[in-house]
Amino acid sequence: MNLINKDVVIIGGGPAGLAAAVLLYKNGIKDILIIEREKTLGGILRQCIHDGFGLTRFKEQLSGPEYAQRFIDQVEELNISYQIDTTVLNITDDKMIQAVNRNGLFNYKAKAIILAMGCRERTRGALTIPGERPAGIMTAGVAQSYINLHNIMVGKDVIILGSGDIGLIMARRFTLEGAKVKGVFEILPYPSGLTRNIEQCLNDYNIPLYLSHTITNIHGNARITGVTVSKVDENLKPIPGTEKLYTCDTLILSVGLIPENELSLDAGVKLDNRTRGPVVDGNYQTSVEGIFAAGNVLHVHDLVDFVSIEAERLAYSVTEYIKNNSLPKCEIIINTSKDINYTVPQYIDKTKDFTLSFRVKRPFKNCRILVKQGELVIKIAAYKKVIPAEMINILINHKSLQSDKDLEVSIEC
Amino acid sequence: MTTKYDILIIGAGVIGSAVARELSRYDLKICVLEKNPDVCCETSGRNSAVIHGGFAYEIGTKKAECCVEGCLEFDKIAEELDVPFKRTGKVLVGSTREDHESLQKTIEIGRANGSIGLELIDKNRLLELVPTVIGEFAMFSPKSGIVDPFQYNIALAENAKKNGVDFYFEHEVVNIYRKTDEYWLIRTIQGDFETRWVVNCAGLGSVKISGMLGIHGYNLGGSKGDYIVLDKRIGHLLPMPVYPVPTTTYMGIHVTPTIGGNVIVGPNADYVDDYTYYGVTQKNIVFLAENAFALWPHIHKSDYIRNYSGIQPKWLDRQGILEDFVIEAPKEVPNTINLVGIESPGLTSALPIARRVVNLLKEHEQLHPNKGFNPKRKGIIRFNNQGNEVKEKLIAENPDYGEIICRCEGVTKAEIVQAIHNPLGVDTVTGIKYRTRSMMGRCQGGYCQMRIAQIIQEELNKNVTDIIYSRKESNMFVGTVRE
Repeated sequence: MNLINKDVVIIGGGPAGLAAAVLLYKNGIKDILIIEREKTLGGILRQCIHDGFGLTRFKEQLSGPEYAQRFIDQVEELNISYQIDTTVLNITDDKMIQAVNRNGLFNYKAKAIILAMGCRERTRGALTIPGERPAGIMTAGVAQSYINLHNIMVGKDVIILGSGDIGLIMARRFTLEGAKVKGVFEILPYPSGLTRNIEQCLNDYNIPLYLSHTITNIHGNARITGVTVSKVDENLKPIPGTEKLYTCDTLILSVGLIPENELSLDAGVKLDNRTRGPVVDGNYQTSVEGIFAAGNVLHVHDLVDFVSIEAERLAYSVTEYIKNNSLPKCEIIINTSKDINYTVPQYIDKTKDFTLSFRVKRPFKNCRILVKQGELVIKIAAYKKVIPAEMINILINHKSLQSDKDLEVSIEC
Repeated sequence: MTTKYDILIIGAGVIGSAVARELSRYDLKICVLEKNPDVCCETSGRNSAVIHGGFAYEIGTKKAECCVEGCLEFDKIAEELDVPFKRTGKVLVGSTREDHESLQKTIEIGRANGSIGLELIDKNRLLELVPTVIGEFAMFSPKSGIVDPFQYNIALAENAKKNGVDFYFEHEVVNIYRKTDEYWLIRTIQGDFETRWVVNCAGLGSVKISGMLGIHGYNLGGSKGDYIVLDKRIGHLLPMPVYPVPTTTYMGIHVTPTIGGNVIVGPNADYVDDYTYYGVTQKNIVFLAENAFALWPHIHKSDYIRNYSGIQPKWLDRQGILEDFVIEAPKEVPNTINLVGIESPGLTSALPIARRVVNLLKEHEQLHPNKGFNPKRKGIIRFNNQGNEVKEKLIAENPDYGEIICRCEGVTKAEIVQAIHNPLGVDTVTGIKYRTRSMMGRCQGGYCQMRIAQIIQEELNKNVTDIIYSRKESNMFVGTVRE
């Protein structure tokens, strides 16, 4: 079998992979290959036919396919090579990549690998939602694909569990296609999705959102016939006596996304339990030298714009890595206080500015985010409101880093 | 006009399929009626998937006899029928003096039953075998193993079909009449059948069918058990099934590796009246995880990918005492072979039970060999299990082998297409799942289900509204979005 050498192999032709490819090429790294398992580039954006993309990155409102096309056009113009309909089977820590398509197996050896595989949806089994297992239960992204890409209507009488963004988008989509969405049930006391989606997808269509509610039983042994919903207490436990039966023919789950890191694990890449994505340094380099990660494979983003921007930051690091054959060591650890869910990156060095991305664990009002190095506060950012649904990005100037001590990110009101 | 058969088997679970396969060795016109759209829809596909050693059953019972026989011959069967099987061995782990005594007794019973290689092992040896287990000592059964229960049932049925047996799915039997001295009339929801002999392999429906045949006095207890399926990620931590010390009626909550590389945790055992309800409760999931955690502390919610349940048809006498397998040809109801109470170890015992059915028939009829009988069956070649050279070759011969449809289990389009055109003619989405492992992985079909639905449409020229998930009327879609 032939071994093909490449400077950079990018796994995944979605927003992260595309943005990284374009910028690498513009930076002079031209021996690159994008490997994409679907028939076209664009990733999950292909099925996101609603608008709201691009406000940050392009300063205009685009649909998902339009947003992706901006990058695909550049990939085509620059003649960046890509392989579609091709699935990567495994990668190794010495940066060998094995992929497969209808023409056979392909083996690549790369100087750098960019992980841009995105994420997958959490399923019913992962949540152990009790009850029967009839037809008519699916995740929001699967329903979105059926309706928007496959022209298949999955149901007419819909209940949605979880208020993640895709679930909210699908509540509107179902309604526009003539289905009845009876309600969105969220176990937490606050929504998981963005405020603008609550407004534009639920409130504008009079779809009720029930906070602190969850599904405690599923009925129907052929096609789903209904669900039992219960209120939950402050520990998220169902309160006996609050059960209510809702009939439905479809149950849509929008209960979280999980970075898809099976390939990363093959290569020995260390994952962060909080993000379920790789642990990365300020260069977006994982624990395996020469393997980098950005986008939803690294941590689940709220907006695709931030995916592209993160991948572009990664592209600068990869450019430097290919040109110098190494990157400065990052040994300063970024810790989090109890109300901060995680940070990306998890390690930095003090020679470069970096963007700190993170989420809070619960909503806060009129608060300040503090970044401290030892006792020294190196950055303060004030916010009227922060919510777990929104990712926070703070740019840190390397000149503010005074020592090799660890950093800590915290929040105070 | 009704179709006339020599033998009509009711139920296409592992027992009905094994009986069909064993009878297809003879020159007989045979059919199998199944109420579900596929084989292994009930107890045969909803269990621990363990090939048992035969030590947990009372001496002299058919359960013990058939189980030991089935266990010892399983390598040959697995090879003949191309069924994934591993003789992993199994441990029953204990820590108290009582446990020690029970295990010693279990070994004695096992040896009397003919179970091979049973031994009591100390903690060091236990930890060598299963480094991740908690316990002071164990009974080791080297002959126990794990099997793909779906593939096994499918293989038996496919082999029977290839040897001339007709399978009728979604043919629930509603009544049985004695038509003439020679023929039974079997009425189903889809028409009538005539047959000289009836073999009742109806599992959970066996008492109902017995009643239709005029055989009374049996009482079933449906023992329902729930299971949790864990991610493959931790599969390497469990080289063999780990069980607690059993009682004579219940094996206890255990952890078992599956042939696909997952780990399953379960089951509890609750008597139920509704044999069609397979729902799992939150309470039971918590209960299972807590119990099994004491044996094997690697059960974490973040690894849950699915749960399921199964119901065992136990024959309980009037005092509620658990009875042996019933394999009988009752004199008062001629031309019937009646199987009742075929619960665990039914999977292990399927072929031995089937041979006993053949022997009962031989007492009444002279059987002539089916000259064309071929005991071998080939399954679908799995891309993911092959080395690079074979993979290249498979793709060169059929480019569909280069198209990964299910990313979690590495299932290609070639495998999906072969599964859609399976010899039994099953076209449910779950049928494709049982035949390929697609949709069984950690994303549970999030990536591949829509692709598989599309391939079913293309291959079988179906409307979207005719795609069935698993059971009758489990239609997946209501129509198209646009004309």
